[in-house]
Amino acid sequence: MKGAFPMSKEQLDGAQALIKTLDDLGIEYIFGYSGGAAIPIFDALETVKTKMKFILVRHEQGAVHMADGYARATGRPAAVLVTSGPGAGNTVTGLMTAMMDSVPMIVISGQTVTWMLGKDAFQEADIFGITIPVVKHNYLVKNSNDLPRIAREAYHIATTGRPGPVLIDVPKDISQGPFSGDLNPPFELPGYHPETAFNISPAAIKEAADMIAKARRPVILAGQGCMIARAAEELMYLAETLQAPVTTTLLGKGVFPETHPLALGMLGMHGTAYANKAMIECDLLINVGSRFDDRIIGQPAKFCKDAKVIHIDIDPAEAGKMVVPDLMIVADAKAALTEINEKIGPLDTTEWLAKLDGYKKKYPLSYKKQGGLRMQQVIDELYHLSEGKAIVSTDVGQHQMWAAQFYKNAESYHWLSSGGAGTMGFGFPAAIGAQLACPDKMVISISGDGGFQMTLFELATAAIHKLPIKIVVLNNHYLGMVRQWQELFYEDRTSGVDLVGNPDFCKLAGAYGIPSVYIKRPADVTKQLKKALAYNDGPILIHAECVKTDNVFPMIPAGAALEDMITEAPKTRMAKPIGST
Amino acid sequence: MSQSIVTTDTPIPAATNRGATHTLSVLVNNEPGVLMRICQVFSRRGFNIDSLVVSQGRNANFSRMTIGISGDPKGLHQIIMQVSKLIDVIHCSEHTSENAVTKEMILIKIKCSPAERSQALQITEHFSGKTVDLTPASMIVMITGDSAKLEASVDMFSQFEIIETVRTGKVVMARGVQPT
Repeated sequence: MKGAFPMSKEQLDGAQALIKTLDDLGIEYIFGYSGGAAIPIFDALETVKTKMKFILVRHEQGAVHMADGYARATGRPAAVLVTSGPGAGNTVTGLMTAMMDSVPMIVISGQTVTWMLGKDAFQEADIFGITIPVVKHNYLVKNSNDLPRIAREAYHIATTGRPGPVLIDVPKDISQGPFSGDLNPPFELPGYHPETAFNISPAAIKEAADMIAKARRPVILAGQGCMIARAAEELMYLAETLQAPVTTTLLGKGVFPETHPLALGMLGMHGTAYANKAMIECDLLINVGSRFDDRIIGQPAKFCKDAKVIHIDIDPAEAGKMVVPDLMIVADAKAALTEINEKIGPLDTTEWLAKLDGYKKKYPLSYKKQGGLRMQQVIDELYHLSEGKAIVSTDVGQHQMWAAQFYKNAESYHWLSSGGAGTMGFGFPAAIGAQLACPDKMVISISGDGGFQMTLFELATAAIHKLPIKIVVLNNHYLGMVRQWQELFYEDRTSGVDLVGNPDFCKLAGAYGIPSVYIKRPADVTKQLKKALAYNDGPILIHAECVKTDNVFPMIPAGAALEDMITEAPKTRMAKPIGST
Repeated sequence: MSQSIVTTDTPIPAATNRGATHTLSVLVNNEPGVLMRICQVFSRRGFNIDSLVVSQGRNANFSRMTIGISGDPKGLHQIIMQVSKLIDVIHCSEHTSENAVTKEMILIKIKCSPAERSQALQITEHFSGKTVDLTPASMIVMITGDSAKLEASVDMFSQFEIIETVRTGKVVMARGVQPT
């Protein structure tokens, strides 16, 4: 039969029907790793002619983060294909990362044959049960003919409403069983109605406009929901019409250009002092598409307590979850802003903006260029040399916060960072996904020495495909963010953070045939970065040897109020934070 | 000496207070795993499931779950939204005794000699119950009603030796013409 496909639908097997459907849905990339239970699906990649490209990774976690990076750089989902048991299990962290940050993705896992389910078959895991809390939805397929319908439902669920990952678990007898169904069947999801996000009550819009008209010190908080709804233009119109300052969440970075005079940068735990001051002193907060994450609100009871709050969110379950707003609008951000924008006029915010400008001058983001190389300097110079146009992916920790502070984003989909989950090891594979999605853009992967070592095996994937990623490893030989907490709150007792035994990252890159540059002196940064950014024949690794014990400021201790922000190292010992991590 | 494991529901002296109780009616797709999805939402938010009744609807594509939960009432609205958000949930709503009929059934098995029988039957009749099994030494009584009535009946039957009780858990239906 091989070679004869696809002649008629009777000749297809389940796996081939699945692959044809994914191709038909417009999936461009499949990231994956093979294994016994998935062989029929991998075989279908060979027997079915598609436009899809398969990328063989080195670990399933890498595959999921690549699909995540692809989606964060484009807004479109990619697919992941892994085998059963450990293969599927290794996707859990990546699924959780995508779920927390509302990233669309379709993960297909092989599974043991149906008659062995629940009998501890070789490489069997109940991945359906395991992943329920970390996916938007999941399936265990019981009939080969259901595969196209399920794939189409999965795509619809992953990409509409509040996006998220969907997992499809496919037993081996289902993938290799004969297919005699419809490749494009209708489907019905009676419990899922994302279209309601576009029906907005006119009364709510009027109330929002009335609240806005009364404001004297308005602030707009733009989250990733704004980006997903592609509402950057409407956001700009709102901000410029009202002359209201705009702060963004970590994931919202870029939806409002951070170089704009009304931009306050990122708010929250390590956000700018002026963004946090604006939250404290505003009389109206317009939250567009942010879920009031605990990193940005500090203490819920004290957050914006003197201000009116309008919360626009597509997810009804976010209503009042962290902050009870004066007006909740459950809607798509673009649809809501379009309607609000029709009902607003200019506000006189001159005094308010002048006050915030004063804070900008009083508390600028800064760093020292003496006493060793600082991560901030490397990031700052990367920003200037790339003219702020690169797609930047980060890992998690100090470097992530400095990157958020010093790499100012001008556009949506140019900032890839694991926010909700805080997944170390995310950044580098995400950059691979982004570079595949956007071959003509400069992609910079910024990691610390800790996180980079969690997924560095994907150097092989980057090298094979000659992806011109600038892989920046900011090496301070510590898990710096935890060390910072231990210094500030645990009497400097470092515990479990000393990464003694780090490899020579340049030699490591060399082992994969990847060139590298090494930076240790602040004076060398510009020259070495220029050299690295000019290299486009494949990946290049930039190993920056940084000072070991630097701290990220400003800082709001977890669970403290925004008023408790510190902008420099405190002279006295601080109480242990009460908030989460 | 081997120790037998007691599997009957002998009451423990002081029941721990888990917060206010609520009754949710959830209409769901009749699919494997739906119960697991819903239970995870409750357990993650620290709500305890006190009773649970699941049965297929008239349309076999759907099932009806009636879930009695206890936990912080402040979090209830949000938890309803989180349950509603599940793709397999058609709708989820809270019901109170004012806006809905709540019924439950209990089977009570007592040790009962012929001499004690008439008294047991009297209690059964008082609660509009029925005897559904009778032996020279025992009796099973079936009683339906709201939870408070069932608890009162158990109190009354405590004068006998109760071997075990089994409750169905409560089901609710909205009063009047509107659907549950």
